[in-house]
Amino acid sequence: MTSQTFTIDGREVPFEAGQTVMQAALTAGVFIPHLCYHPEFKPHGSCKLCTVMVNGRPATSCTLPAAAGMEVASNTPEILDKRRMLLQMLLVEGNHFCPSCEKSGQCKLQALGYELGVMTPHFTHFYPDRPVDASHHDVLLDFNRCILCELCIRASAEVDRKNVFALSGRGLKKHLIVNAESGRLADTDFALTDKAAQVCPVGVILPKRRGFAVPIGKRRFDEKPISAHVAEFAPVAPAKQGEGR
Amino acid sequence: MNAPAVKHKIRIATTSLAGCFGCNMSFLDIDERILALLDLAEFDRSPITDIKHCGPCDVGIVEGGVCNAENVHVLREFRANCKILVAIGACAVNGGLPAQRNHLVLRDILEEVYHTEPGIGHGGIPNDPELPLPLNQVHPIHEVVKVDYFLPGCPPPADAIWKFLTDLIAGRTPQLGHGLLRYD
Repeated sequence: MTSQTFTIDGREVPFEAGQTVMQAALTAGVFIPHLCYHPEFKPHGSCKLCTVMVNGRPATSCTLPAAAGMEVASNTPEILDKRRMLLQMLLVEGNHFCPSCEKSGQCKLQALGYELGVMTPHFTHFYPDRPVDASHHDVLLDFNRCILCELCIRASAEVDRKNVFALSGRGLKKHLIVNAESGRLADTDFALTDKAAQVCPVGVILPKRRGFAVPIGKRRFDEKPISAHVAEFAPVAPAKQGEGR
Repeated sequence: MNAPAVKHKIRIATTSLAGCFGCNMSFLDIDERILALLDLAEFDRSPITDIKHCGPCDVGIVEGGVCNAENVHVLREFRANCKILVAIGACAVNGGLPAQRNHLVLRDILEEVYHTEPGIGHGGIPNDPELPLPLNQVHPIHEVVKVDYFLPGCPPPADAIWKFLTDLIAGRTPQLGHGLLRYD
């Protein structure tokens, strides 16, 4: 069943029918940078960080079905430059002040900046005005860091069946909102145990009263770079699904 | 191949604009390695000299963002005098903590601090001509002058500063790698 293969940067990668390039790569231990991809959710293809060149054309590896004999290029200087630029655009669009962020060291945006060697945001900062929502008893929402990956929206709708989050506005004005008449998280049935509270790749959805319990320097991506965590991003095997991760 | 003998020492200037001097302190945290550095380099304007204006230098290291008119003058003086300009620390790289006022109106901030807020003297908003005028927003230094290298971190670890400087002085492109490149 796993006899079919394709190559990433010359390395042979086996895949099962129906797997995407991302799923097969991560299973084989080949890290492809990503933000909106999550192993437990239907791929979205919106952050574009996982873009690779397939037979000379760009494609998002999280949505592209793997096919035998594909030649995928991922870590070429051109693609790495594009990925750095995507990260830089995300960094200037929001307010990403790592020194005062509780998610620092466990943030995928930051970890990918380290991984790809992003030394500067390069572009002119927007410094948008995005008030926080501290209304909920257990969770703080800091919209300053939202990258619009929609993982919380997908988790709340598909797993929690609560539809707490949504995107509103278009283009530059697109932003995350809370589905309550007041717009406040406290006026929803959102709970700290919800899947949506666990999936934010950046520091928007933060549990209260945890803060810096694990000190800076001893956190997930401080210990080893995000690429060394590749196995954690691999799809959960069907037999193991439901056992929890 | 043997490297040619060093003919003159690399001249380094450092300053802190809208920063807390934490990056300069982290620089001092290279500890006794500063003696090895002094074999290769000498300091122009810096916290350990009494030079007020940066002269011609090989490397200018700028901590802090640009929050007032004086910062702009100092930064431009550094750019005019330094062959290589380095933004060191979160504030120089992206504005950092001072830039967290950027979504607020400057007048409102001054009003709140000097008028509305209880406990502070009632002298009004300071307007002594000696005081540099604040800018409407705090800017990372690359929004004002061309910057050659960026060394993020709050502050960058001393080992990162050491790696950066030794790479630079040896003529290599500075490479920090995991653990030394940090934004926090």
